[in-house]
This record gives sequence, C-alpha cells and structure tokens, in this order.
Amino acid sequence: MKNIKYERIASNHKAEENRVKNAVIAFLTGGVLGFIAEWLVVFYSNCFEISRSDASTMMIVTFIFIASLFTALGFFDKLVNRFKCGLLIPITGFAHSMTSSAMDYKKEGLIYGIGMNIFKLAGCVILYGVVSAWFFGMIRYFIGGAS
Amino acid sequence: MLYFNSFLFCGFLCLIAQLILDNSKLTPGHITSLFVVIGAFLDTFSIYDFIIKKVGGGALIPITSFGHSLIHGALAKTNSMGFIGIFMGMFDLTATGITAAIIFSFIFALIFKPRN
Repeated sequence: MKNIKYERIASNHKAEENRVKNAVIAFLTGGVLGFIAEWLVVFYSNCFEISRSDASTMMIVTFIFIASLFTALGFFDKLVNRFKCGLLIPITGFAHSMTSSAMDYKKEGLIYGIGMNIFKLAGCVILYGVVSAWFFGMIRYFIGGAS
Repeated sequence: MLYFNSFLFCGFLCLIAQLILDNSKLTPGHITSLFVVIGAFLDTFSIYDFIIKKVGGGALIPITSFGHSLIHGALAKTNSMGFIGIFMGMFDLTATGITAAIIFSFIFALIFKPRN
C-alpha cells in the first residue's frame, strides 16, 4: 500500500520528457549539420580545386577536429544534453566519444588511462562496422560479384 | 537542391535515432552500432551509393556512411585482389576519419585539463 502510494507520488513529480520536442530538435540539428556538410564540400572543392570525394574527406576531418576541440574545451557535453541525437548520429558523436573517454581516464596515466580507454565507446562502432562490412562484403562477393 | 536534400536526409536519420532513444531502453552506443550496420547493409547492393549521388554531403556526415565506406573500400579492392581484397581494402576509405579522430583526441586530451 505504501509502495503504491509512493510510486504514484514519484510519477507525478518525474520530469516530463517531451518526446515530440526532442524529436523536432534532433531533426533540425541533424539537418543543419547536413546542410553545413554539403556547403563545406562545395566550398573546399571550389576553393582548392579538388574533386568532390577529396573535398568530402576534408569535410569529415574538419567536423572531427571541431567536435574534438569542443569536447576538450568542455562545452560539447552540454550541447549533447540539449540536442541529443542530432549531435550523436553525425560523425561528431564518434569524435566526441573518443575525446571524452580519453579525457575521463587521463588521470590514470598515458598507457593505462588514455591508451587503454580511448576506444572504450568508439570501439563498438568500429567492431560492428568491420564485422558487418566483412559479412555483407562476403555475401556481395559470392552472389553478385564486386562492382 | 543538394542542400535541401542534405538537410532532409541527415535530419531524418537523427529523427529516427531520437525516436528509438526515447521510446526504448537502447543507449546511444546501441543506436550508433545499429546505424553502422544499416549503412553497411544498404551498400551491399549499392543503395547507399545512389543515396550519396542524390543527397551529396548530407549523406556522408551521419555514422551510416562509416559502414558504407568500410564495405565500399573492401569491395573496390576485390576487383584487383580477389577474395583477400575484402581484408586488404577494409580501411581504405575510412582511414582518414579514424586517424584524424585518434590524433586529435590524443593531442587535445594531452593539452586540455578535464573539467570536474
């Protein structure tokens, strides 16, 4: 009886997560990042007179640099709390996870701290990316032949 | 038109991720892993190449493009090397992104002091 009452009071005071608002914010943030990405590709390919694929590689490096720098300066975490998946799904989330795990374990030393923990969060992306790419690549190689 | 498509596509992926995050118990780690696998799957029959042609830079920035470039480099290498090319070409296209992430995060972790 007491537990039920407690749960009812607790559920009344729980912070109301507005799912629709979160979704709209994630959509707009991701959209703006995609827009900047396309703009940077055009800008680099015009500015340095290189091909589109080279320009897109430079664009990815730019995004990784900015995300790592902001994480190291300490305010990317606040941005992630506010914009959530809008910043985690683009490549900025990958750089953010690597830099934040390196910063978190820095006090344990260069080898045991940074060296062993830098891939703590990003490792799952690389592991499952490689395994699935190998698996689907085998399927494509044996069924359709390589393109 | 590419700008508009980039906005829509990248925003749409983030929207799906946010909906999964809010309505299930999966963590962001689960979702990014899932999106990488989806990217690799879409490129198995060159669907993702078609999307990149239509969308442009907006399709290269989400984490799905990481899975796409892994399998794309592997399949490109099979043309010259045969079966073993899947192993040789796996990191051909993603090498820049991974190297940049490692170098920048190491340097910034050395320079800056962690907050709290």
